[in-house]
Parts: sequence; C-alpha cells; structure tokens
Amino acid sequence: MRGATTVKWAACAVAVALAATACGGGDSGGGGGGADGIVSSSWGDPQNPLEPANTNEVQGGKVLDMIVRGLKKYDPKTGEATNMLAEKIESKDNQNFTITVKDGWTFSNGEKITAKSFVDAWNYGALLKNNQKNAYFFGYIDGYDKVHPETGTASATTLSGLKLVNDKTFTVKLTQKFSLWPDTLGYPAFAPLPKVFFTDHASWVSKPIGNGPYTIDKYAKGSSMNLRKWDDYPGDDKAQNGGIDLKVYTDNNTAYTDLTAGNLDLVDDVPASQLKNVKADLGDRYINTPAGIIQTLAFPFYDKQWNTPGAIKVRQGLSMAINRDQITNQIFQKTRTPASDWTSPVLGDDGGFKKGLCGKECTYNAAEAKKMIQDGGGIPGGQLKISYNADTGSHKEWVDAVCNSINKVMGNNKACVGAPVGTFADFRSQVSQQKLHGAWRAGWQMDYPLIQNFLQPVYYSNASSNDGKWNNKQFDGLINKANAESDKAKAVSTFQDAEKVMVQQMPVIPLWYQNGSAGYSENVTNVSLNQFSVPVYEQIKVK
Amino acid sequence: MGRYVIRRLLQMIPVFFGTTLLIFLMVNVMGDPIAGLCGDRQCDPATAAQLRSEFGLDKPVWQQYLTYMGNVFTGDFGTAFNGQKVTELMATAFPITIRLTVIAIVFEIVIGISLGVVTGLRRGRPIDTTVLILTLVVISIPTFVTGLLLQLLLGVEWGVIKPSVSSEAPLNELLIPGLVVASVSLAYVTRLTRTSIAENARADYVRTAVAKGLPRRRVIIRHLLRNSLIPVVTFIGTDVGALMGGAIVTERIFNIHGVGYQLYQGILRQNSQTVVGFVTVLVLVFLAANLIVDLLYAVLDPRIRYA
Repeated sequence: MRGATTVKWAACAVAVALAATACGGGDSGGGGGGADGIVSSSWGDPQNPLEPANTNEVQGGKVLDMIVRGLKKYDPKTGEATNMLAEKIESKDNQNFTITVKDGWTFSNGEKITAKSFVDAWNYGALLKNNQKNAYFFGYIDGYDKVHPETGTASATTLSGLKLVNDKTFTVKLTQKFSLWPDTLGYPAFAPLPKVFFTDHASWVSKPIGNGPYTIDKYAKGSSMNLRKWDDYPGDDKAQNGGIDLKVYTDNNTAYTDLTAGNLDLVDDVPASQLKNVKADLGDRYINTPAGIIQTLAFPFYDKQWNTPGAIKVRQGLSMAINRDQITNQIFQKTRTPASDWTSPVLGDDGGFKKGLCGKECTYNAAEAKKMIQDGGGIPGGQLKISYNADTGSHKEWVDAVCNSINKVMGNNKACVGAPVGTFADFRSQVSQQKLHGAWRAGWQMDYPLIQNFLQPVYYSNASSNDGKWNNKQFDGLINKANAESDKAKAVSTFQDAEKVMVQQMPVIPLWYQNGSAGYSENVTNVSLNQFSVPVYEQIKVK
Repeated sequence: MGRYVIRRLLQMIPVFFGTTLLIFLMVNVMGDPIAGLCGDRQCDPATAAQLRSEFGLDKPVWQQYLTYMGNVFTGDFGTAFNGQKVTELMATAFPITIRLTVIAIVFEIVIGISLGVVTGLRRGRPIDTTVLILTLVVISIPTFVTGLLLQLLLGVEWGVIKPSVSSEAPLNELLIPGLVVASVSLAYVTRLTRTSIAENARADYVRTAVAKGLPRRRVIIRHLLRNSLIPVVTFIGTDVGALMGGAIVTERIFNIHGVGYQLYQGILRQNSQTVVGFVTVLVLVFLAANLIVDLLYAVLDPRIRYA
C-alpha cells in the first residue's frame, strides 16, 4: 500500500510538470515594435463582426480605415471629401446621381473593382436579413423601405434606387433632395466588396480582403491583428511603413504602461488617469487634437413636464449654470473644449462650425442661471437626475462636477445628482426604451465631417438617434431646406439657422467638444490623428 | 471508495443546474444587451428585432435557459456578439488561464509548503517571526497593488520583464503574473502548513518515529508532513477554482487574454452566451477540484477511505 501511494504522488508531480512545459510550447518571439518598419499599436476588441456596413465603433473602424477605400476619402487634416475610387459623381437635381468608378483599382486578391462591386455591397448592407448595424446609411436611397422595413420581413432584396449602367457606371436615386450626399460616401459602410465576401462569407470575416493600403496578414480574433503594406496598392496614400501590428489591451492603462516601457509604439487612447503625467512622460510625443465628437446633456421630451414653455427656460438656465471652462480644465486637463454650438471644430468655419453660436445661453452666468430656472418654474420634479453609464470612460467625475456646478448656482446641495447605470448596454436600453425621466449623458461622434451629420440624425423629428424625441417643425423645415440647397455655403448657413432654433429651445445642452489624444514612442514619427480621432496609420514613419 | 465517488458525482448534478440557472437569471436581469451593440445611437428597430431573435432573446427566460442547456449538452455554447463561437473563445482563453493557474499553484505548493515546514519546525525563532510578518504584509496588500507595483518596478523601471503579456502568453511571461495571482493564497498556505506542522511535531507518532531511529528527513516528509497536509490540500483544492475565476484583476493589469478577460468583456457587453458558458465551465472546474481534494484525503489518510 505504501509503495502504491508513492507512485501516485510521483505520477501527480510528473503530470503537473508535463502540463506546465507542454503548455509553454508557444513561441515567445514577436512583440516589440520597430523591426522591419512595423508599427505596434494598441487596439480594443471590436464589438461586432468586421464588415464595412456592420462596424459602428472606433476599434473596428480603425481596421476598415486601413484595408478599405471607398468612392471618397476624407482628408485627414481638413476633413474635406475628395474623390478616391470615384472618377466623377454628377447630379442635375441633387436627387439623381450618376457615379463613375475609376479604372485600375483592384482588391488585394487581384479582383477588379467595378460599379457592380459597389452596387452588390450596398444592397448587402441595406438588406434586413444581413443584420448590418449601419444599414440606415443606405436609408436615403430609393427603395430602402422595401429591403429594410421597420417591422416584418423585406419585400425586395435589392434597392430599387441603385441601377448598374455598365462596368464603370451606376446611378443612384435618393428619396429626397440631398446636395451633400456625395460627401457622405467616404464612410466605410459605402466601401466596395469583392465576390468572395458573398460566396465565402465565413472566410472573408475571419480574414477580410479589401482594397486599402494594407492587407491583413494574420488575425487572431480578440487578441491581435497584423497588417502589412500592400505593395501593389494603386492609390496615392500608400503606406509609409512596413505594416501595423494591432494588439488588444484589456485595459488602456496597461497599453500606456507598455508605451512608457518602450514595448509599444502607439497608444491612441490615453487614459484619463494618466493625463496629468502625459507631458512629463512623453513631452512632444503626446497629441491632443480636436475630433468630431461633442458631448451633451439630453432631456426626455416624451415626459410632459420637460415639454412645456417653462421647461425651455429651465434648460437654458441649466446650461448657463454649468461652468464648462472649469470642468474641462480640471477634470479633462484640456482634452475637451467648452462647446458653444452643436457641431465640432473639425468642420472648420466653411463646414459649419461657428464658435459662440449658442451665445449667452451656453456661457456660465450664475446669477442669471438661477433666475431663469426659477422663472421657468424650477427643475421639473424638484431635482435633476443625470444618468450615465459607470462602466467605461470617466463619466462619473464630470457628471458629479456638472451637478456640483448646478448645485452651487442653485444654492441647494440636492438640486442635481448623478444617477449611475451599471453597464453601457443597460444604460442604452434605458435610453432607447424611454425609461429615463431626468437628463442623461449623450454625445455624438460624427460619421462624416458634415454639419448635416451633427444635426439631422440627432435632432430631426423621429431621427434614428433622437433619443429624447424632441420635435420642432421650424427646425425640421430648415433642415429639409438646407438639404435641398445646391450651393454648399448656402446649405451650411441654413443648417446654422436650424441651430439657432436650438438656442431658443435648448433641446439638449452642449457641454464640450472632445479631442483625440494619443501618445507615441521614439521609434516612430509623423504620427497624427484624423477628425475621427483615429491615427493616420499609413503616414506613420519608422525611424 | 467507489460508492463514495459515485455519490459525489451525483451531488454535482443539482449544483451544476442550480448555479447555471442562477447565472443565467442574473445576466438576464441586467436588461437588453442589444441596445449596447449600436454604440451611442439606437439600433434601428428591425435590425434589433432580427438580432434578438437570432440570439434567442425574444423568448421567455425559462425557454432560453432550456434551449441553452439543451445546446450545451451537444457541445454548442452559442455565439458571442462579435460572431465568434463561445467554444472558440474558450479554446483561446482557457489554456492561458490554466497555465497561469498551474504556475500559481506550483508557487503555492513549492514556496508555501517549504516555508511552512521550515517555520513550523523552527517555531518562535527569528526566521519564523520574519516569515510570519512577511505573510501578514502580503495578505494585507490587495493583489492589484502588488500587481501594479511589480509591473511598474520590474517592467518599466528596471526592464526585467515586459509590462504586458503578449497574446500567445508563453510560460516565461506568465511567471510574475502567476506569482501575483498566487501571492495571497501562498501566504495562507505558509501559515496553514506552519500551524499544522507545529501542532503535529509533538504528536506521539512523530516521537515514535524518531525513537525508532528513522532518519530526520524521512520523519519529516513521510510522517509529519503527510499528516499535516490535509488542511493545506483542502485549501489549495478550493483555491484552484477561485484562482481561475478570480484572476480578473491580475489578467487586466498584465493584459492577459484569459478567462477573466473574456468574462469581463462578456459582462460589460451583457453577452449572456459568453458569461454563462464560461461560468458553466468554471463551475465544472470547481466541482472537479473539490472531488479531487476529497479523493486526495483518502491518499493522505487511509482511514477516510473506509468512511
């Protein structure tokens, strides 16, 4: 018996040792940037499968930015939409467009890009049964309500507004006049797709094939993606480096630590807690530039007490009670800029950004704020609750600061309180199911650098992201008028007229414009962020 | 012995169903996960409805649970929101966490038990006091502090290790995280072993063994240690499950894409398929570890075999 137990113990020990060494067989090579002109960069796990019309967040968007090119491309510096694969996009009435595709473009697998590559991709993106989360981008095209009805099943499989003319040309018919529509075509959802996407979808999703400056060399879902320069890329924005290694980080603090240890070349999301040290750690290698993101406080207009003439004064008063300068300086270390309109500085003056458009209604003025709120009948329900999700971002800090600012103005410690919600999903479901009866944190990240994109999807009656269900005939009318305007300058100024309606109504309170913040190592140069706060990967040079 | 094992296996069935049902209900109570999938904008109702029916979220919870369990028995753990099979996620996450856990357990056994034996035999001496104070320090410092501190010192300041573990997570990169994961349990193992050894050192059978003239090494290992290990084995056994599930903090700090990371992601995204799948496997690991502990008792103390 004794002998037997000894053997058992020995066997156990051997098993443990074997398991340990066998598991450790993986190669420990790789890692560390710099070699062969490869840039290593932080990444997050994309939430949805990587498909152009199904990617709606930054992490998946980064990859699409490297591997696909559409009809238009936004200039990384100015945001201007210039032709990429489009030879020309013509229209006589701002409703019917004829699009001609350039010659000489192929996918990285050699397949030629034709007008059909676009038409098939757009039809796929719009069709309800394909579950594409960006399907609404095709909503302006005629026949969208047939392939993507609000309820039930689709009665058509292709968009009736899309017609192939020949190999190089196709026509698009929109449901309404929309002069700036061609400028929306730089969004990845409008990218062309190769045949293999439709014939062997599973293999495409596991290793997407595109037509951008990079090709995907290796993709380990949830942990890393290695992109390499595509030598035969026909565009003029060829990659200046050998490739990009994206590495998923569980925590952006760890990514930042890796950067300071010289183990990583690029972090495009400096954690809020490190903003104080970032100057000392990185010096000039820290980037803080405006991005097309605005943060706001939204209100529930489905709740009667917020939809009264008095409540307008209350909202304006609340807006004046928020000390935006102080909060952006102290909490965000100047990575946010106080907002004074509902767009973003990245649009530029020609694009529709107008500093100070909101005027005194968005300027801190304690005495007048208190008077306005009291004139309007006080805060509905006696207390303002600001809901936010507590799981990501540093929402708690700024919501508390905003409340603090309001409480000081009102001379009442309970005038405003934060109402945290556990997860983002739960927060979003409360917002979309109209369960909230106070204010909530809202925000808008632009899809394309157009003033239209900052207004129509968020504030137009029943628009896709009008969560507060605000509606105003005057505002809607101005938006329609602006969309029909063929002269760009006139369209922009009409959009701004619509914004002036918002000053009078204050449906949401603009808080601040968000900057993109990034840091990079000494190995690389020429790093910049575009207006979407995504690094311009193809321009990065390795020393 | 055989009947004992069978009884234990049968007991596992209600525990398994109970825990999975609880987790399933908890994740479902958190609300509608589809709302979070479209970012800061609302999913259009048709797509949301379609996704809900694809993930089976439009059915009553009890029906979801039954279908889910039915699928689990055929080895289908469902699909995560990013389109990956949960079994695929498990195949990448579990080997990494198992490696981390094995390292932690080895640290616990090797360092913990040796320190325990040394201090237990030298009760009251300076080395005993020193180790006791050290273990007290380790127990009182939370693991995330130890983790961040070691990461900063070894990774950034001295450059001995890489601050983050690469996605393949090879053994050598996991040594420091493994030590961090093990640290608190290691201190407990030391203390448990020490007390047990100290207690048994005065037992009659040890005196007899010494009187028989057996060599000191044999007395300590075969007689003293073997009898002192029962509480330690119990602790280490239950710790296996705790380490695998509880490594969330350490995995986050060192960027290890293991079970903790997947669970965290799953909870953030309210992906019940991922969360329930991983927890189901963790429950099985817990149950198996407990079973093995009970069987090891029999090895250590033959009297238990006949119980």
